[in-house]
Amino acid sequence: MMTTTQSQKSSDVAISIRNLFKIFGDDPKSVLPQLHDGIDKADVQRKTGHVIGLNNINVDIQSGKITVIMGLSGSGKSTLIRHINRLIEPTAGEILLDGENILNLPDDKLRQLRQTRMSMVFQKFALLPHRTVLQNTMLAPMVRNEDKVKSEKEARYWLSRVELDGYEDAYPHQLSGGMQQRVGIARALTSNADFMLMDEAFSALDPLIRTSMQDLLLDLQEDLHKTIIFITHDLDEALKIADHLVVLKDGFVVQQGNPQHIILNPSDPYIEEFVSDINRARVLRVGSVMKPSKTTKKTAGSIDSKQSLEQLIAQADGDVKGIYAVTEKDKTVGHIEMTQVYKALVRYNLTTSRRAK
Amino acid sequence: MAAFENVFSFFGLSEWCDSGKQKALISLKSLKNEETAWWDIPFPSLDNLHKACASIPQSRDLTASLEDGFLYIRPSLRTVLDPITQPLSWMLDSALYLFTNTPWWILLPLFMLAVQWSARSWKITAFVVSCIIFYLATDHYSYAMQTLSIIFVCTVLCVVIGVPTGILMARSNTVQRMLIPILDMLQTLPTFVYLIPLIFIFKITEPKLYGLAIILYAIVPVIRLTDLGIRLVDKDVIEAANAYGMTKRQLLFNVQVPLAMPNIMAGVNQTIMMSLAMVVIASLVSAPGLGTLVLDGINNLRLGVGFMAGIGIVLLAIILDRVSKSALKRMNKTYHG
Ligand SMILES: Nc1ncnc2c1ncn2[C@@H]1O[C@H](COP(=O)(O)OP(=O)(O)OP(=O)(O)O)[C@@H](O)[C@H]1O
Ligand SMILES: [Mg+2]
Repeated sequence: MMTTTQSQKSSDVAISIRNLFKIFGDDPKSVLPQLHDGIDKADVQRKTGHVIGLNNINVDIQSGKITVIMGLSGSGKSTLIRHINRLIEPTAGEILLDGENILNLPDDKLRQLRQTRMSMVFQKFALLPHRTVLQNTMLAPMVRNEDKVKSEKEARYWLSRVELDGYEDAYPHQLSGGMQQRVGIARALTSNADFMLMDEAFSALDPLIRTSMQDLLLDLQEDLHKTIIFITHDLDEALKIADHLVVLKDGFVVQQGNPQHIILNPSDPYIEEFVSDINRARVLRVGSVMKPSKTTKKTAGSIDSKQSLEQLIAQADGDVKGIYAVTEKDKTVGHIEMTQVYKALVRYNLTTSRRAK
Repeated sequence: MAAFENVFSFFGLSEWCDSGKQKALISLKSLKNEETAWWDIPFPSLDNLHKACASIPQSRDLTASLEDGFLYIRPSLRTVLDPITQPLSWMLDSALYLFTNTPWWILLPLFMLAVQWSARSWKITAFVVSCIIFYLATDHYSYAMQTLSIIFVCTVLCVVIGVPTGILMARSNTVQRMLIPILDMLQTLPTFVYLIPLIFIFKITEPKLYGLAIILYAIVPVIRLTDLGIRLVDKDVIEAANAYGMTKRQLLFNVQVPLAMPNIMAGVNQTIMMSLAMVVIASLVSAPGLGTLVLDGINNLRLGVGFMAGIGIVLLAIILDRVSKSALKRMNKTYHG
């Protein structure tokens, strides 16, 4: 009983975005009634001179999970994330946090919300160039006028968590991009907020540093369980860290849900195109392909449901026929046949079209 | 001028015109009875029309009425401006007193310390010391100190007034739109023109007369560059500050002003140089200092006096420029490598 309520709690909705619209232009309200799902953005721009930023967004952000918002450039990712701490005012809609609409908060309440509950990491780092690394990390407690000694201790702790000990007194321009972004993350963590907004936080970094930053984030999240809203235009990054994936296109949500589910069941040609280039063996997990029933047949071995198909193929040593038991924390939760594995590696539309032949 | 006379009589205005006539002087031209050529039609300016019709004012009447107007509002302007600007006179007087009455052997080390602290360069400190020794040796020291003390007071006031004005301008587009024409005017008016209305309002012996002239002239760059500097602050950094819930005040003092500092300091540097330019001209309205020597050189054709004072001014300009620029450079270094 206890465990079910607890697991219920961990998947609680922290922020609920309801019918959110943002139109850029001189008279956004006049364009609002003309919008509907899938309306052509370029067409609206040509006819009315207004740019659709967000078109009827409905997303539930789960508490303690990483929600990734993905989309191509100009799809409205930055616009959406900036609505959550209201750096941008919407044209219509609501954003509910603890049952309260953020968009109705008066200025002082909004400021308090930003100071205590929201932190943010930026693509271009946005550190204060005239402050040292330590002072930058202490930004949030400084804004809240908190005790210097205590907040300095905290800042030093987070700097060491992101492996920046010894750089406390350096200035941002003396650090590499990857290090600067780690300062950005330490700054967000020092604020002790339960929400962390990350706008393309790793996009400006080179691939190797980027992978290590993703690992760092997942590592930290393991013990912190923050509610993270993460933006990226990179599918591999999204699949690596997302608990919940939201795909945006031209300001509307094309598909959202479990990332593994989206790869296996793309609902739209746009998403099919997106997922067509990924390495499916590496991205798909055993747990998302398995059959959730125990098999009666003889198994060739067992594998954890979090492992990728690639790892299973390696474990099976290229065998194409065997059956493996799938475990979660040493408990068998299902089974997987190697034939299933190989089928899952082929793109959805290819299998269906071949079947049609 | 027969042309215009005919025009007036055509409209039956001769009588009205003549009513303005006091004592008709016969002009030289008509005495000689010279015919003007038909193509020699004058522009109907005030003076030409006045000749044809005495009731129309001359151009001089226009300028005279400006003067009268000025004289008319002068008492009320004085009652308002006098008390406001009185502290300026006191400041200038006390700075002059302080700089000229402190013995040179106290001021010299003080200058060394101040320059070394702000510029952090032994070369510049050595240059400043040798310049001061040059002033001492050629007996230009007290003049140079007078000039310096005036620049000091005016620059401090320019910063104290100019930086907040620039901040206001950066924060509000309306304020910017209102101030820009005024700043343009202050910057384009020839320097002598400043002095004229000021002479009307204040007594020529009052220090605030030249103080005001210098401040009005020199304050423009510090206002402009403060405005520019704050508007140029990286939008991403401002966004980050907002995302962490900074108040407007925290944003201003923790982000905007520090990041605009290099621009503000560039404005201060220009302000100092413009004060120096103006303090020389202001010797026309009794500003003491090296400028008076230049003025003496011009008035009495003492080439040598004017020339030496000129060198003194150039040296002062180099000192002020180098010291303020190297302070600026040092600041840029800590921020941006
Ligand atoms: N201030 C603005 N005024 C007008 N249009 C805007 C404004 N901000 C964004 N837009 C438009 O809204 C759309 C979404 O922009 P947004 O910055 O959210 O895209 P994005 O998904 O973050 O793109 P990127 O990956 O390039 O950062 C774009 O078409 C953009 O032109
Ligand atoms: Mg963006």
